[in-house]
Amino acid sequence: MSEIIEGFIQAVELIISLNPEVLEITARSLLISLAATLCASLISIPIGGFIHFRKFGGKRGLITIIQTLYALPTVIAGLFVFLLLSRVGPFGFLGLLFTPSGMIVGQTVLIIPLMVGMTLIALSGVKQSIQDEVVSLGATTTQTVMTIIREARFAILGGVILGFGRAISEVGAAMIIGGNIRGYTRVLTTAIALETSMGNIAFSIALGIILLGIAMVVTVALFLVQER
Amino acid sequence: MRLKLPVRPMTLKPRKVCVSITLSALIVVGALFCGCTTTAPSQGTPAPTQSIGKSKVLLATTTSLYDTGLLDYLEPMFEEKHHVDLLITSQGTGKAIEIAKRGDCDILAVHSPSQEEGFMAGGHGINRRCFAYNYFIIVGPADDPASIKDMKPEDAFTKLMTMGKAGTPGIAFVSRGDNSGTHYAEKSIWNSAGYNYTRDVQKSGNWYIEAGRGMGETLQLASEKQAYTLIDEGTYLAYKGNLGLFPIIEQGDILLNVYSVITVYTPTQPSDRITIANNFVNFLTSPEVQASIGEFGKEKYGKNLFIPMTGECSRFKCDCGKAADAQVPALLT
Repeated sequence: MSEIIEGFIQAVELIISLNPEVLEITARSLLISLAATLCASLISIPIGGFIHFRKFGGKRGLITIIQTLYALPTVIAGLFVFLLLSRVGPFGFLGLLFTPSGMIVGQTVLIIPLMVGMTLIALSGVKQSIQDEVVSLGATTTQTVMTIIREARFAILGGVILGFGRAISEVGAAMIIGGNIRGYTRVLTTAIALETSMGNIAFSIALGIILLGIAMVVTVALFLVQER
Repeated sequence: MRLKLPVRPMTLKPRKVCVSITLSALIVVGALFCGCTTTAPSQGTPAPTQSIGKSKVLLATTTSLYDTGLLDYLEPMFEEKHHVDLLITSQGTGKAIEIAKRGDCDILAVHSPSQEEGFMAGGHGINRRCFAYNYFIIVGPADDPASIKDMKPEDAFTKLMTMGKAGTPGIAFVSRGDNSGTHYAEKSIWNSAGYNYTRDVQKSGNWYIEAGRGMGETLQLASEKQAYTLIDEGTYLAYKGNLGLFPIIEQGDILLNVYSVITVYTPTQPSDRITIANNFVNFLTSPEVQASIGEFGKEKYGKNLFIPMTGECSRFKCDCGKAADAQVPALLT
């Protein structure tokens, strides 16, 4: 127990003293996970919309596959992207393995299923009466789609936050693809894993508290957006 | 009207799998595209022939060299001397070698002679040089329930096996179980004691615990279970947590732990990267750096964590003094 208290004190100290290494790791975590969330949003939200608004064979099966992939283990996503990006792999020529860009790819792949799923749920949550009303007012298909998306925007945003949460908290893909290189690909989660393996428990807890702090800031930001 | 009722998401009817396959291909390509574009302004991706800024060179290494802080201590010296950016990824020896075989790193620093020989024989490396050594130690609970204190390691292992198989309470051994250099060293002790590792050791009962984790985690596990384990002395001394384990056996020829550095070779590797990697090999074996290795940890732990190889390599039958200047593996010339 004393380690948790010690970790908390150390977290406060690290934040107050603006420890450059901790700041750097924190900034890198945020940057990589925000970039991955942005990429995943740009891919997932249109796909979610497409699946929701179009009728095609195999739709339910596809949705089941997407929902199964919510449980995609981070190490498997990491391994999959590792094999793609490795120099002998199909995208090896890009030289992305063990780089921050590679980590963004990994986290993007990891959270896409979750964000597509959340988009589908958000769109399904819009009341049928709203749709009927818009149609009866003479809206075109495009206008109807836009109205539904606008109605669902907070729920979609909730999915985006959830995706960000999964991206910033995962360690498996970040470790396999990034390699935990100091000053280059070390993020909060991989630093925690390293410090724990070195027996630096209090420091690990301090980093964990900082990670939770970021999650709180992001959640509060979402709350404020929703309130408006 | 083309709009449909909201989809009920929990139905099982995979009719057109090809749709999902196409889609996942699209996702991956899209993701790759995203990865390429979004970080361009931030971190600067290391194109191998980057002219702006220093060139980056990646060293894959074993956890014992990294977690002790040795490489963090040597890194700035090398970077200053050669004006390059040395990136270090710390993995177990098995994984580091796998990464090197795939051509994903430029330098390898590991401690598993048999695996290194296989790597060299496969034409994956050049200029293998030993640069430091220390000893593995067997640590265990303070009261030494198996009474193996200061025994010959092979005899101690035999005794642990006999007592463990008999179900003696309080007897347990934690193995790395991850094909790391330390795991290979443990296997060689079992072999030398006359056991077939996969047949006689791995399935010998609950007393033999395979952690499948790094050295630090394995040490924690052994401490929690009050079990014996094999560990390199450097990691044991540098470990910062509270441990209920103490050195039980510190002597024995088989406990020797030699660290080597190798330039990674792939046919497509640009020659300037091979040169940088060779510079690193020469750096580690240079007299000044050898002296620094010998000093590392003295102040903090009361003794040096690694013993430099200078002058002793003939004793260990490895190269340490020759200049690393080969550009291609000897078997290809």
